[in-house]
Amino acid sequence: MTALTPPDAGEPLTRTVPVAPAPALLRAVLEAATEAMLLCATTGDTVLLANAEAQRLLPGLEPGQDATTGPLGELAAGQHSFRAEHHGRHLYGMRRDLDDDHYAWFLRDHTSETVHATALEVERSRTAFLAEAGRRLSASLHVRRCTRTAAELAVAHLADAAIVVLPVTGGHSAWIRLSPGHAAEEGTLPERVLAEVPGLTEALDGFPPIPSRWLDPALAPGWLFPADLGPIGALLVVPLPGHAEPAGALVLARTGPHAPFSAEDEQLVRVFAARAGAAVAAAMLYQEQVDTTAVLQADLLPPELPQPEGFELAASYQAARDSLRVGGDFYEVIGPVDGGSDTVIALGDVCGTGPEAAVMTGKVRQTLRALSLVDVAPDHMLTVLNRALLQSGRRQRFVTLVVGTVHRAEQGRVRLRLASGGHPPPLILRTNGTVDVVPTKGTLIGVLPETVVRPATVELAPGELCLLYSDGLTEARGGPTGDEQFGEERLRRQLAGCQGMPGAVAVERLRQLVSEWVNGGPRDDIAMLAVRAHTRPPLSLRGGGAPNASPYLVAARRGDRRSRSRS
Amino acid sequence: MTAITVDLALDHYLELVGDGDEQAAVAHATALLDAGVPAQRVINDLIGATQRRVGELWATNEWGVAREHAATGVSERVLAAVAARTTVPATRGRLTLACVDGEWHGLPARMFAELLRLDGWRVDFLGASVPGRHLITHLHQTGPDAVALSCMIPTRLPRAHAAITACRAAGVPVIAGGRGFGPDGRYAQRLGADAWAATGEEAIARLATDWPPRWVADDPGTFLGDEEYTHLVRSRPQLIGNAMDRLPEVYPAARDYDQAQLESTAEDLGHIADFLAAALYLDEPEIFTDFVGWTADVLISRGVPQGALRIGLRLVRDQLVDFPAAITTIDRAVAALPR
Repeated sequence: MTALTPPDAGEPLTRTVPVAPAPALLRAVLEAATEAMLLCATTGDTVLLANAEAQRLLPGLEPGQDATTGPLGELAAGQHSFRAEHHGRHLYGMRRDLDDDHYAWFLRDHTSETVHATALEVERSRTAFLAEAGRRLSASLHVRRCTRTAAELAVAHLADAAIVVLPVTGGHSAWIRLSPGHAAEEGTLPERVLAEVPGLTEALDGFPPIPSRWLDPALAPGWLFPADLGPIGALLVVPLPGHAEPAGALVLARTGPHAPFSAEDEQLVRVFAARAGAAVAAAMLYQEQVDTTAVLQADLLPPELPQPEGFELAASYQAARDSLRVGGDFYEVIGPVDGGSDTVIALGDVCGTGPEAAVMTGKVRQTLRALSLVDVAPDHMLTVLNRALLQSGRRQRFVTLVVGTVHRAEQGRVRLRLASGGHPPPLILRTNGTVDVVPTKGTLIGVLPETVVRPATVELAPGELCLLYSDGLTEARGGPTGDEQFGEERLRRQLAGCQGMPGAVAVERLRQLVSEWVNGGPRDDIAMLAVRAHTRPPLSLRGGGAPNASPYLVAARRGDRRSRSRS
Repeated sequence: MTAITVDLALDHYLELVGDGDEQAAVAHATALLDAGVPAQRVINDLIGATQRRVGELWATNEWGVAREHAATGVSERVLAAVAARTTVPATRGRLTLACVDGEWHGLPARMFAELLRLDGWRVDFLGASVPGRHLITHLHQTGPDAVALSCMIPTRLPRAHAAITACRAAGVPVIAGGRGFGPDGRYAQRLGADAWAATGEEAIARLATDWPPRWVADDPGTFLGDEEYTHLVRSRPQLIGNAMDRLPEVYPAARDYDQAQLESTAEDLGHIADFLAAALYLDEPEIFTDFVGWTADVLISRGVPQGALRIGLRLVRDQLVDFPAAITTIDRAVAALPR
């Protein structure tokens, strides 16, 4: 045990301790300390003593010298503490006054802590960058958005300017470029110019990237980056790995004194490129599927409506909330064919929803289009359609529909011949505000070998409207209680309220009413098709019109109601 | 400049749309274009101004509902005609414009779509009441630079919130517009929109000069709604049902209501519940106060006694004993009503 063991260490003091240690012993303690110490005289700042650690950290600083003119300038700055970098070491210094004539500097070597902290900081920012990259790159399934995001992330974290080049298709590569002071620039590059960029062809072919130090920025073609970017200090070209084949390439450029990419930088760029590549490849795959589906859907989507002379056509189709755009309901309008004068209209509902229903819908519409070429009555069309469907194999699905022909009669009147195959009969809104049900009925189509159809002929006076609809409209559940059907009676009442409206406005209004009725809940497909005989403007709507239920109209209806109930 | 001296003849045009005279209204607008009036001015100062006037005429009970709808229908046709006569090359980028799910005021958004097109945007206008899922699918398929969301009525704000969150999750920044987002668009920011614009011109300036906005991670503060909101929305059918059962007791006139009148009353109670829910969702009692105040004004213009509105509010309030925030919100609105 040494004399310096404190009394509370558990061992009783057995020797008399000298009150003041000998100067040599004190000196030995100072020399042994791991902290650098400088004892200085206040006068002249002369170094009186520098221990071994001090001489190691500040080589060349000897006792007798003036500390303030020595190698470490911070000693002269008059501060009580400092942090400084000296001969590659990170030093922390602290000054203490000892008495009127002396002071001491205590210096610590923080090099390894600082290096670790810096490394940790770098690692943290890389992790944060990759986390942000992952989040943002996975957001969109659209190729252009993905490449744009990749370029944005690259210029924010990796380089001064960035270009994403997509694989060559049809002799061209789509590209997007971001550089300081420029909005994102997008376009295509002809395949032949790609070879002008060092390393780009290789990257687009999926070869591992060439280290940046082997790419001479001076060889980059002038068009690669805008002139105002200045001289490029370092260039890096990496592939964007995709699904077993490259999804493109990333070209990075840095300017200024810190231009060169370190090995760690290149590593980070490759990790980033892997994520960007995966996102772009997924987006490309999605795009392919969308394109394929779009081609298949094109024939299934509702047709554009012709605007014939003498009457107005308006329609609406809303796919069920949980499906997308195509479903079991459909409508069809076929303008007059050579020599004929009748427009053929149809609206129906194929049992079920989803792709199979959509295919069946396509079949039905195609058959109707063919039938409209030969001049046949609507009820006959249904009979033929029934036979055609029964012969086409799978019988699990049936269809209900209304088919009609629209004919311009004299004095602005319009004559409709309508036939229903198991479908809700069309409604007619008369000029006096009453709503009639078209007296047609028949068996549903595609099930029974023989169909029974009773057609009906109706006439519309100018301004009158005939509405064909699918049962998704009347069976929509909602209302105040949340579980009540919209119902035929309510439909008739609301249709009566559309008196005087153009066909398109009436259809939109019904669509809105049923949407409010459902109030965000689930519902089936809804299709509507309206034929309205042209009216002669001006309409006399002044002071007229029916009660209404647009969202802001709470009070208005209440007003109408109250005044009615009082009168 | 001719553009300044040409008279838009607003009163005459209002008569045309009020009479549903589409042809004459279109001719009026195209004549203005021919006289050198810029398309933007025709859209804002002719179609837009007239449409505001139509709204006022309805609110003051001077026009019936059919007439209002027909006028709006004509305005849409006029707008389409103006659009067809002005082609502008798309130079800026691509933008998707939609009305929030349940939002049926499509005309303001359609006018905005045309203004954007005139400014060089390629615009996909998805129409009124776009379900969130369809909107997001469209974003993934077309990859626009911005989504513009229109919401005219605060009851749609919870659904607007879902749409905004989903758009941002799909990596597309959102600019919000429409008075549903509140005075100064104060709710737009709460719901996480990247930007808000009071007018079409303002939105166009923002999109042209300061877009895309800087990317920011989602703010945890954008999780809105509490258990009162949830309970209120889920018990909406019972809330209305009970109120309807009690109505004849407290308002004897209701005993003579026919089916249609009873249904409209139930719908009115539904609106009270919906506005209250929106106020709770955002923790903004103003939404409900404004709705009640507005309703009171419309009632006055139709000569209906204030009592009816108070009774409706009380029937809802009586059922919300365990909902302190809802009670406070209703009481504030009632206190703000004129005596």
